[in-house]
Amino acid sequence: MMNAPAVPLVDYITLSSVIFFIGVAGVVVRRNPLIMLMSIELMFNAANLLFMAFSRAWLQNEGHVFAFLVITVAAAEAAIALAIVVTVFRTAKNVDVDDVAMMKG
Amino acid sequence: MITFWVLAIVMLSSAVWCVSAKKPVYSVVALLAHFAALAAMYLTLNGEFLAVMQVIVYSGGIMILFVFVIALLSSGVAPFSVGPNRMPRIGPPAIVVTLVALGGVTYALARAAVVTPAISGSGSRLGPVGEANVFGSVADFGHALFTANLLPFEVTALILMVAVIGVILLAGDKSASAPSRKQAADVRREMREAILRGGE
Repeated sequence: MMNAPAVPLVDYITLSSVIFFIGVAGVVVRRNPLIMLMSIELMFNAANLLFMAFSRAWLQNEGHVFAFLVITVAAAEAAIALAIVVTVFRTAKNVDVDDVAMMKG
Repeated sequence: MITFWVLAIVMLSSAVWCVSAKKPVYSVVALLAHFAALAAMYLTLNGEFLAVMQVIVYSGGIMILFVFVIALLSSGVAPFSVGPNRMPRIGPPAIVVTLVALGGVTYALARAAVVTPAISGSGSRLGPVGEANVFGSVADFGHALFTANLLPFEVTALILMVAVIGVILLAGDKSASAPSRKQAADVRREMREAILRGGE
């Protein structure tokens, strides 16, 4: 790994952007709340990959610290979102996001 | 270089599979493959602590949570509608908007990257993965986390506590969480009677 040829940072950026927008497409197109949540996790991880790549490029480990914070926030978000899914399922017996629109106004 | 492209292909294909899978369980499997490849890519970027955290927190924690919720919700009934999409026309415009945004973001970030050196194996603070006190080692990461970035770390603790309280409030068993006034009165009366009986 030490003597590996250099990978341009643009490659990391492109990979991260493509994965991020795969996640965006998943949230927009899919109607299953669990798959939408997993797409959100994909977006978190794409952002994390960019944190790690820039951190490595500049040899500054603040990127590592903030990737760690993003992982924490993602864990909290997943826990709360799954609790909401379980609560909605208990009351509605159906967790299609098109049906769960009581807060639409 | 070859490592990067192999991992990139694994990550992209598993991401597409995750988003397009029919059943959420397949999405979980795809996402696990994605996270494994991502952890390997963190290792190639000298982020050894983050690679381990990725495996423990994501693959070991969050994905297991997803699997539990899927198992819980799909026992007996089918909670997810399998009928046609209620909004079938959203697909093409959504994909177009997504591609345009993808191009814009990639262009902007790539312009920012022009001033940045490429990811290469040279640098004064670099050493093999696993060695102490080089860039990305646990000692290096811990020093950065507990000195300059202590406040974000404490905020993280607060976020986790709020999340735990929120999950208990949302999904906790309401009847078991707090005894009702009547139950408390019953317990008090039984205790009083037991004490009176013991005194005779």
